[in-house]
Amino acid sequence: MNARLLPLIGFVGLFALLAFGIHWNTRHEMNEVPSPLIDKPAPEFNLPLLFDPTKTLGSKDLRGKPYLLNVFGSWCPTCQDEHPFLMSEGKSLGIPLIGLDWKDQPDNAKRWLAHFGNPYSTVIADEDGHTGINFGVYGAPETFLVDANGVIRYKHISVLTPRVIEQELKPRIAELLETKQ
Amino acid sequence: MLPELGQFALILALLLACVQCIVPIYGAWRGNTTLMSVARHAVAGQAVFVLLAYAILTYAFLAQDFSVAYVAQNSNLSLPWYYRFPAVWGAHEGSLLLWILILNVWSVAVAALSRRLPQALMARVLGVLGFVSICFLLFTVLTSNPFIRHLPALPDGNDLNPILQDPGLIVHPPMLYMGYVGFSVAFAFAIAALLGGKLDGSWVRWARPWTNVAWAFLTLGITLGSAWSYYVLGWGGWWFWDPVENASFMPWLVGTALIHSQAVTEKRGSFRAWTLLLSIFAFSLSLLGTFLVRSGVLTSVHAFASDPRRGIFILVFLGIVVGGSLLLYAIRAPKVSGGKPFRMLSRETLLLINNLLFVCAAAMVLVGTLYPLFGDALGVGRISVGPPYFGFMFVLLMIPVVLLVPFGPFFHWATADWRKTLRHLLPAFIVAIVAVVLALIVFRGLPMRALVGTAGAFWVGIGICLYALHRWRTAPAGRRFSPEMIGMMFAHFGIAVFVAGVLITTAASTERDVRFLPNQVQNIGGVDFRFDGVEKVPGPNYIAEQGNVTVLRGNRVVATLHPQKRQYSGGEQSMQTKPAISAGVFRDLYVALGEPLDADHASDPGKSAWSLRIYVKPFVRWIWFGGLCMMIGGMVAAIDRRFRSGNTGGNSKTNADAATSATTATA
Repeated sequence: MNARLLPLIGFVGLFALLAFGIHWNTRHEMNEVPSPLIDKPAPEFNLPLLFDPTKTLGSKDLRGKPYLLNVFGSWCPTCQDEHPFLMSEGKSLGIPLIGLDWKDQPDNAKRWLAHFGNPYSTVIADEDGHTGINFGVYGAPETFLVDANGVIRYKHISVLTPRVIEQELKPRIAELLETKQ
Repeated sequence: MLPELGQFALILALLLACVQCIVPIYGAWRGNTTLMSVARHAVAGQAVFVLLAYAILTYAFLAQDFSVAYVAQNSNLSLPWYYRFPAVWGAHEGSLLLWILILNVWSVAVAALSRRLPQALMARVLGVLGFVSICFLLFTVLTSNPFIRHLPALPDGNDLNPILQDPGLIVHPPMLYMGYVGFSVAFAFAIAALLGGKLDGSWVRWARPWTNVAWAFLTLGITLGSAWSYYVLGWGGWWFWDPVENASFMPWLVGTALIHSQAVTEKRGSFRAWTLLLSIFAFSLSLLGTFLVRSGVLTSVHAFASDPRRGIFILVFLGIVVGGSLLLYAIRAPKVSGGKPFRMLSRETLLLINNLLFVCAAAMVLVGTLYPLFGDALGVGRISVGPPYFGFMFVLLMIPVVLLVPFGPFFHWATADWRKTLRHLLPAFIVAIVAVVLALIVFRGLPMRALVGTAGAFWVGIGICLYALHRWRTAPAGRRFSPEMIGMMFAHFGIAVFVAGVLITTAASTERDVRFLPNQVQNIGGVDFRFDGVEKVPGPNYIAEQGNVTVLRGNRVVATLHPQKRQYSGGEQSMQTKPAISAGVFRDLYVALGEPLDADHASDPGKSAWSLRIYVKPFVRWIWFGGLCMMIGGMVAAIDRRFRSGNTGGNSKTNADAATSATTATA
């Protein structure tokens, strides 16, 4: 075979991959990938606190009231886009906002939060990323709404914009808080 | 009325681009001089209309014409006038127009400065550039028209992304595009040579200065981008391995391989096919970068609004340009390797290793960048590889580069004497070791990385100086240093400066998050910082909380710093942190304002405690000094007399070679 054809063959492979990428993107709305975990129990976890690694927080400790789990990382530029919205809305959600620091070095995360502000009531460190993978995280940022029984009720991929918070998240939180009472 | 004229100008430019592509290439095929001479006029005509369209869009921004949708999305009434110029390229449509404008700048430069080249070659080169221009103009007119109206006009626009409201935006993208697009010239020369079938070293000689200049601009663009992210993103990082950064870095890596491979082909005739291939690769990666940024296949901070139609368009375009040129390469590339023979131990071999390492690095970055796509394709989910992968692999591939760089100039073409070379380089080796020992004694407990950085920097830096000295002693006066050689030394010296900067900064920076009460003094990294409180300061389109920090050494004030947190008024109401930096050659003091730490801070912001992040970053600036050295090297090498287009190869080439071998023989 003619060795001069090799670059062309390589390119055809790359081209196919890129074409697939576009095809995939048109089929999937990136923000609405249906999660197989919706309405299923959230995966069990027990992770060290970012600011005090001697203590841990686990899924069992969180039973009894709904919470919002936000997956972020200091390495993730999109999380930086999302961050101001969490800062302004996080405290007014009515339920705890738990930060899952995903695949990150704790020092970087602490620095990141010190710099941009910490919107979370608690931050847990998932350094090796296993918990994130159990949750089926595609990429940070992602957000999970978990109810009082530990069941995932809603998932959002990518930035929680004020619109998503107002229209998607808050009605669902209100619903959860009502059924509880 | 004006925006419609702008659109009309783009369509006229598109028609002229078609003429520029088809007529000269057909003329060159038929040997028809009249048809070939059309090329220059078409280039000029196209440039005029593209410039007109660009000027009209700029005017729409300056005049705040919010009936143009693109203007309304990317500017508002409170945007200061000096940010309205760069706002033109602040989003997808306008930056595409800038791309086209710069392509036209390059085409005009090639047409004007290469009058003495063979007419058929020039006709083909300009024809290929015309083809590239057709693709981009079609893309703009069909999918990304910046002149679309939004009627009725909006009373006020949205806003330019605050992260882009920085002086860096004024210079960074144009320089980057000058580099990106500049590789189209090397590409056009390669394709023209393949079309014409004359594949000796002559086309390379003419393409070299263009490639060097494009590479220098790309180096400058990346350096500025890195400095910009350091200033703007606000936590002291200077490189993030973000898909968009990678998109500019891949062409740079292949471009670096290309300028070295071109040198071999031009001087020795070897690596002909390889040089052709690298010319195609460098430009293909520029196009791929454009695809990745604009198709929405990968998400990133820099990413422009994605639209699948655009993705499909660029993909088809990528397929035609890259697939077509690689097919042409497969058919036409020289089957037998030409050029003068060389031994294992020779400059050719070293340059081949350089080529392989840089191409591997580019492939590594490509794989890492496309990794999420592989995950999708194999059905295992979207996985990203982050900085750990890139950092590790890149350092691994660059260690041999740093080790081998000083050998390059000392090794002769064809066959090298390693004993002599080692004797020449012994002082550099000794100095590197001594520097490490001294550093160990003076700064106790210095991390490994800083030591390796010091050693690498001295090894490369002294190695280059030794070569300069050697040249000065042995070569006859008058031909000691050609611009090409000076450029080489500058660029290689830049590596030394860069290595020192990167490794010392990462290893020896002090980073602290501290709580400050007003008028409190704290010592961080050997420097005293006094916090003088926070005040509200209005800006043109934002309100800032501004911290006042005084840096003291003893009782002497070294610097006063004003880090800000800005609340922009337009559109998204976004927040932006603006760190304050006291820059120095050997260390930067970097202060960013954190959060107020008292609950009642609103009542009296001047008196509350604040968290501040303070960095003392030694040698961080050397990273960019290194980039600047490399850029200067690229520019200086391009002005070498041998590249003047009057020099049509042949005799002068053999003379130059004879001169080189004569001088090196005395070495």
